Amino acid sequence: MVRLSKENGLNCVLALALLAAPFVATALDEPFYITLATRVAILAIAGVGLNLALGLGGLVSFGHAAFFGLGGYAAGILASHALNYEPILSSPFELNGTTQMLVIWFVALLVSGLAALLIGFFSLRTSGVYFIMITLAFAQMIYYFAISWPAYGGEDGLSIYVRNVLPGVNTMDPISFFMIAFVLLMLVILFSSMIKNSRFGAALQAARQNDERLATVGIHPFGIRLTTFVISAMITALSGALFADLNRFVSPDMLAWHMSGEIMVFVILGGVGRLFGPVVGAALFILIESVFGGISEYWMFYLGLVLLGVVLYARGGVIGFLAGKEKHD
Amino acid sequence: MTDQATQPVLEISELYKSFGALKATDGVNLTLYPGEIHALIGPNGAGKSTLIRQISGEYPPDSGTIRFLGQDLAGLGVADRAQLGLGRTFQVSSLALEFSALRNVMLAVQAKSGSSFRFFKPVMKDRDLVDGAMKMLEKVGLQDRAHIPAAELSHGERRQLEIALALALKPKAFLLDEPMAGMGPEGSKTLTGFLGGLRDQAPILLVEHDMDAVFALADRISVLVYGRVVATGTVDEIRGNRIVREAYLGEETS
Ligand SMILES: Nc1ncnc2c1ncn2[C@@H]1O[C@H](COP(=O)(O)OP(=O)(O)OP(=O)(O)O)[C@@H](O)[C@H]1O
Ligand SMILES: [Mg+2]
Repeated sequence: MVRLSKENGLNCVLALALLAAPFVATALDEPFYITLATRVAILAIAGVGLNLALGLGGLVSFGHAAFFGLGGYAAGILASHALNYEPILSSPFELNGTTQMLVIWFVALLVSGLAALLIGFFSLRTSGVYFIMITLAFAQMIYYFAISWPAYGGEDGLSIYVRNVLPGVNTMDPISFFMIAFVLLMLVILFSSMIKNSRFGAALQAARQNDERLATVGIHPFGIRLTTFVISAMITALSGALFADLNRFVSPDMLAWHMSGEIMVFVILGGVGRLFGPVVGAALFILIESVFGGISEYWMFYLGLVLLGVVLYARGGVIGFLAGKEKHD
Repeated sequence: MTDQATQPVLEISELYKSFGALKATDGVNLTLYPGEIHALIGPNGAGKSTLIRQISGEYPPDSGTIRFLGQDLAGLGVADRAQLGLGRTFQVSSLALEFSALRNVMLAVQAKSGSSFRFFKPVMKDRDLVDGAMKMLEKVGLQDRAHIPAAELSHGERRQLEIALALALKPKAFLLDEPMAGMGPEGSKTLTGFLGGLRDQAPILLVEHDMDAVFALADRISVLVYGRVVATGTVDEIRGNRIVREAYLGEETS
């Protein structure tokens, strides 16, 4: 039985509003807003990924740009090889690029998952500020690697000339591409909600509240956290792959520390640990960016003010403000 | 109660642990036999909790061994030792405060009943978890408070919840660090009766300041002073021990 709590109701409204946005934009003949709505949906996915680690697990990763960027580069590299008819590898076996989104997503998940396994293995031995710094350091390593590696554009980035393909969908059609992002967003939110209510989620939330208690009942907090970190990274990488396709461009900016900060802002603004928090957070961020960004170069300053307000006066973010404090069973 | 022919469940030999110059555990030898309640008493700062922490795996000892069910525990972490069957409660309650009492206990039932790496089935629809946890809450008399967040429980209720969590693990030995602390006279009496029945389930190493409870429950008592066990014996032996009366019991008992 679905309990239609205030928060569930709000979530439905938010989902419908986001879904309606590109159609309203079309009706108003403002195609630019379709792109904005698509950006929101895609970036929200990155936030949903981080929210799993940050919100449920209390793992304040300041390095999620690494996974976002890896997803982006997976798309960019595979597509550029396919479009240039250059194999990625020719010996010992031939490995070709691809423009199939499904394959690209799979590679993005795989690569980011492995990277998160490695990064998490080392950084999850620390906590608090040390964890924040170590995840940042790992992400910066990958960032500098991308900048200094000329094969894929280095600092200049890498263009994808046509959007990658998905069977049965015209990905160059803005609304169709929006729908891909929207459906994936709903799926990752559904997945997060299942995790939250599952045995795994119970252990994860207990690890955040009191890891001594979790260990005392016989569950290793480390394994739970590492698994979470990997899943969280994979979701964020999926977002990165879509983001690359949206812009048809990948650059080291996707890997930079301010991208990590941006993803974290989505989560905090919307409400840490709330299912639809990243959706609201990403939407607000992009609204502020596009409204104030046009008026003032200092839009980040206004964003900072909003963020300060949220942290000081609305600890549950916008969702917490609208739907009240979260209730556990 | 203590049949010396049987193997001890828990056997601590020559255990040492210092914090800087402070010898918190100074050559401790201690055993816990099946079916017994072994009380560990001693003044504040004697090193009782430090000893419990070394058994549970929270602190590594400097030297010495701890064997549990014949196995050397060296190198095993807190979670490993819990899985082996050490059920521990804390002197200061340690709970998942946002979770309800029920969900706290469900965590222990979950740990005991298979993998935590299940991602889809909602725990609240898992009858085995919910019913199993409810049964434990009933045992400690908290069933009416099942859905209250641990943070909103009274001090005494949190102590009871800690016991329910330890019970849910179906441990092979209990390590209870001052379970009566702050329970009030009524609560202490009820808990004393309850713990008395628990020894048949698993032996208990009981750290406790409440002497009425200790004398009522213990099969053996060890007295810890400045990290050393100064005496071990039955209730009558400890009551009659001159060193113990001077070092710890003072004038209270005559
Ligand atoms: N992590 C630590 N670092 C430094 N000193 C510690 C640490 N833990 C305990 N101690 C010291 O070790 C000594 C023993 O402490 P412990 O908590 O084991 O005493 P206790 O017998 O449990 O006392 P109480 O009856 O007050 O609970 C105390 O002097 C305490 O200050
Ligand atoms: Mg103590």
